[in-house]
Amino acid sequence: MWPYLKFGLPVLVLAALIVLFARGLFLNPTVVSSPLIGKPQPGFSLPRLEGDGQEPFTQTEWQGQVALVNFWGSWCVACRDEHPVLMQFAAEHAVPLYGLDYKDERAVAEDMLSKQGNPYSDIAFDASGDVAINWGVYGAPETFLLDRHGVIRYKYIGPLTPELIRNDLLPRIRSLEGER
Amino acid sequence: MSRLLRAFTAVFLLAASVPVFGIDSQPPFPDAAEQARYEVLIHVFRCLVCQNETIADSDADLAADLRRQVHVMVAAGKSDAEIRSYLVDRYGNFVLYKPPVETSTWLLWGGPFLLLFAGLVVVVTVVKRRARMDETPPGDET
Repeated sequence: MWPYLKFGLPVLVLAALIVLFARGLFLNPTVVSSPLIGKPQPGFSLPRLEGDGQEPFTQTEWQGQVALVNFWGSWCVACRDEHPVLMQFAAEHAVPLYGLDYKDERAVAEDMLSKQGNPYSDIAFDASGDVAINWGVYGAPETFLLDRHGVIRYKYIGPLTPELIRNDLLPRIRSLEGER
Repeated sequence: MSRLLRAFTAVFLLAASVPVFGIDSQPPFPDAAEQARYEVLIHVFRCLVCQNETIADSDADLAADLRRQVHVMVAAGKSDAEIRSYLVDRYGNFVLYKPPVETSTWLLWGGPFLLLFAGLVVVVTVVKRRARMDETPPGDET
């Protein structure tokens, strides 16, 4: 027994470590799962990026609908990369997509949308970034999927891609739309 | 002063000089106790963008925003526990620079003790075997 163990044990330990470290290599440590998933959306009241500035933008905007809320900013390079993907999504699908522009400058954001198009149904403007913190946002862009009752069901951190929308986001949206 | 001594003095002075970080831009509290509480709190939370820094050490935008939130909450008279749970509710336990002991972190906290125990087992086995060798009379060795 002992001679087997003497040579077998180090090999086993080494194999276990290789598996452990290999797994570690393929994890993405920058994605932190949100504790807000399954919780009601945090409420807010913000001005709109566009419009007359009369009526505040609140979460009641998408009440009763399965909706996507995209936190972005014109300062965020990854958001600019994501922008054409959102444009395509808005053109192809009837799912309401709302924008939450945070820590931005109005003029720059408006300029970006006028040049590259506006994929959003409407955009809230969070100058201080307080609403973003309240939603647990730490790295733009972040996209939240809300069910009809305003419960956060899913969140994606980072720019959405056409593959991700097709393989992950759309099936989730369809299943939520099937819920009562 | 010899050249060597001068060189050593220069190295020592360089090593002893702490770089001054002017990261935190929050105004100081008028109350020293609140200021102390704030200073402790910002060293408790992790910046989620540069993950190996606390929000006190990080120059990231998010860290500045989180410091502002902590500042506002301390000024509003919120307790340490309330501020802690505000951030944990939004960012999860990962926001705590010192992870709490729970089922997903027991290996992290218990790992060093496990390794220590494994080391002890090895030492005891080796010592026992040597003791057994010593017992055999010198003449028996072949």
